[in-house]
Amino acid sequence: MSNAPSELKYTKSHEWIRDEGDGTVTIGITEHAQELLGDLVFVELPEEGASVESGSECAVVESVKAASDVYSPVTGEVSAVNEALSDAPETVNEDAFGDGWLFKVTLNDSAELDDLLDADAYTEVMESEDH
Amino acid sequence: MDKKTVLFDAHEAMGAKIVPFGGWAMPLHYGSQLEEHHAVRKDAGMFDVSHMQVVDLTGPGAGDFLRRLLANDVSRLKTPGKALYSCMLNEQGGVIDDLIVYYLRDDWYRMVVNAATAEKDLGWINSQASAFEVEIDPRADLAMVAVQGPNAREKAMPLLPEALRGPASELSVFHAATDGSWFVARTGYTGEDGFEVMLPESDADAFWKGLAEAGVAPCGLGARDTLRLEAGMNLYGTDMDEETLPLEAGLTWTIAWDPAERDFVGRKVLDARRGAEDNQKFVGLVLTGRGVLRNHQKIFVGDQEVGEITSGGFSPTLEKSIALARVNRSVADECDVEIRGKRIPAKVVKPPFVRNGKACIEV
Repeated sequence: MSNAPSELKYTKSHEWIRDEGDGTVTIGITEHAQELLGDLVFVELPEEGASVESGSECAVVESVKAASDVYSPVTGEVSAVNEALSDAPETVNEDAFGDGWLFKVTLNDSAELDDLLDADAYTEVMESEDH
Repeated sequence: MDKKTVLFDAHEAMGAKIVPFGGWAMPLHYGSQLEEHHAVRKDAGMFDVSHMQVVDLTGPGAGDFLRRLLANDVSRLKTPGKALYSCMLNEQGGVIDDLIVYYLRDDWYRMVVNAATAEKDLGWINSQASAFEVEIDPRADLAMVAVQGPNAREKAMPLLPEALRGPASELSVFHAATDGSWFVARTGYTGEDGFEVMLPESDADAFWKGLAEAGVAPCGLGARDTLRLEAGMNLYGTDMDEETLPLEAGLTWTIAWDPAERDFVGRKVLDARRGAEDNQKFVGLVLTGRGVLRNHQKIFVGDQEVGEITSGGFSPTLEKSIALARVNRSVADECDVEIRGKRIPAKVVKPPFVRNGKACIEV
């Protein structure tokens, strides 16, 4: 079973969200998601400055096996993207919760974070998928 | 419930991710598909291919039967152990399966057919055999392991039965040697040198573990697919099927047209369509823009849709996305591929992309 750090928030579609405490969040895909995908070979990220809506497709991660959409867990404006992934998509496999982050968003409404899953709830999502 | 090969427990013990494939529970990878791919290109890897079906054809009419059944001609096989790649066609010229057939004696040939089509194939083969003096024996007692890579033969050799080591060390490419229930062929599906070894199920576990101890990396279906795609080898059910003529699947080279009087199944349709202007052609693509080519993506030249990708993926050796595709004859050096609604440029090339560890195309 993959771990789910308790300081992060999660979605059912396997994104993680870190609250930076300054009105921005960092977003990536979970350890569990990268395990399901296998070796990543291509990452397509949103443009800096783009508006994203909670639940909308905003990035694509492609592994040797398949392409998978990444959904924005929050609504706001993309403030940064992890450019290093375009040459080294395998970073997501190696460090999903750290250097493998995908993009950062400036939140429209920080209360939105309360609707996301905590680590315990996400662990239940992972467990239910294993059965 | 998916069938398990005799090596299933060994796969689980080595940490394999198991997936259903053609009615079998098979390893997809043992951790990293990319590392497995590179192991085969640079050193040695092994694949459990026991799910594939071995069929022995024996009797005085075996050769004549195969000259009727297969689009390639087994009378090209003069030396015992020589192998031939062929399509088995239906009367409409569509591909029932692709296979390898080994000539062992005038009254003994051995075929290896795909796992997912094995039952269909055997039904077809039996239905065609009644006029010939031939016995058809699907071998359920054999396991099969492919050991592939530049160091594969050297690492596998000490694990073969002593009596086979001499003959195995002298095998030319696309030849096999056999002793008792063991059978060693210098064939494969990766574009690298190596062996495909058939052996009694009771010996398979020790052989597999011996190879692992000799430093041969266990490899799953994922790496098998990226390796064969780089090698420009067709995958049945993806690149061709019963609706596809071999003429439109890059397999014209496997059809033995001469002698013209050899009446193999499907010949009438192929003769009529040979060289036809509206036949599509089968090409390789290398994506020059960013993205990953996948099966069924549409191909365009200008505004015109001109074909479809049959097998697409990422080439770990070239670090580019590559594909096999069926396109109109008019397609020249460049095209666009539609990926998630966007047209991304690609170069048209002649497969293979990679052979013996080296790029065969300019990227």
